[in-house]
Amino acid sequence: MQPGDELPPLSVTPDTYLTVRYAGASGDFNPIHIDEQFARQVGLPGRILHGLYTMAQVARAHTEAGGGPESLKRLSVQFRGMGVPEVQLTVTGTVREVRDDGVAIVESDCEQDGKLIIRSAEAELRLAP
Amino acid sequence: MAFNTGVIGKTFAPATYAVGREKIREYAHAVGETEPLYLDVAAAREAGYADVVAPPMFAVVYCTASIWPALFDEEVGIDFARMVHGGQEFEWGPVVVAGDEITTTTSVKDVSERRGNGVFVFESMSVNERGETVCTGLWSNIVRAA
Repeated sequence: MQPGDELPPLSVTPDTYLTVRYAGASGDFNPIHIDEQFARQVGLPGRILHGLYTMAQVARAHTEAGGGPESLKRLSVQFRGMGVPEVQLTVTGTVREVRDDGVAIVESDCEQDGKLIIRSAEAELRLAP
Repeated sequence: MAFNTGVIGKTFAPATYAVGREKIREYAHAVGETEPLYLDVAAAREAGYADVVAPPMFAVVYCTASIWPALFDEEVGIDFARMVHGGQEFEWGPVVVAGDEITTTTSVKDVSERRGNGVFVFESMSVNERGETVCTGLWSNIVRAA
């Protein structure tokens, strides 16, 4: 990897029951993610994705590019806006620098329906020697 | 709106999580992972691991038993109806595999006010049964002004 290189984009469309499976897998059963009626009652358009699910997609884009779980050393994200089920989300990223120790600093975003739901994520990705 | 900055530095009791093979698989499937190291014991062993490997973001699973009591702590006083997850950072050490026991300790890193909203930052530190730090996390939650 060289500065300016792009991560292979990762696109996924979470199906309607994804938030239920993710709730079970992660242990986060906040009803705004799994109960349509509750979500509307608190002023949301409907059930929203877990932010940490979306972050997991950003992480996956990095580990797939970096060659596995050992490659990702750090990931920092800011959640912006809300992700929703049944709409494709896409992670894109660019290598900002490659340090002397072989760690690439990668900046990435996650977009859904034209909006950034994770913006300016920053990762340290250890490149295979 | 006043937020209790007196809780900065408060540290909660450690919580230990036993990492299970099927829980790793369940999590990996839920987030759409196809990496064999997470799903296939034989592939993981062939690569030199004792069992299936946890994806980095599996940290949210083994941190849960430590982070949730901190979020719900009465003295911290977060109003859940107004809370949104603002940001998250993880830094990883050695990978976690099925069979590991991960002990996580959470503390209140910072409480501040920004444009009337409360910003609560928690720090989690997770170590495995060999005492190696496998993950540190910074969890930033924003509590919107009433």
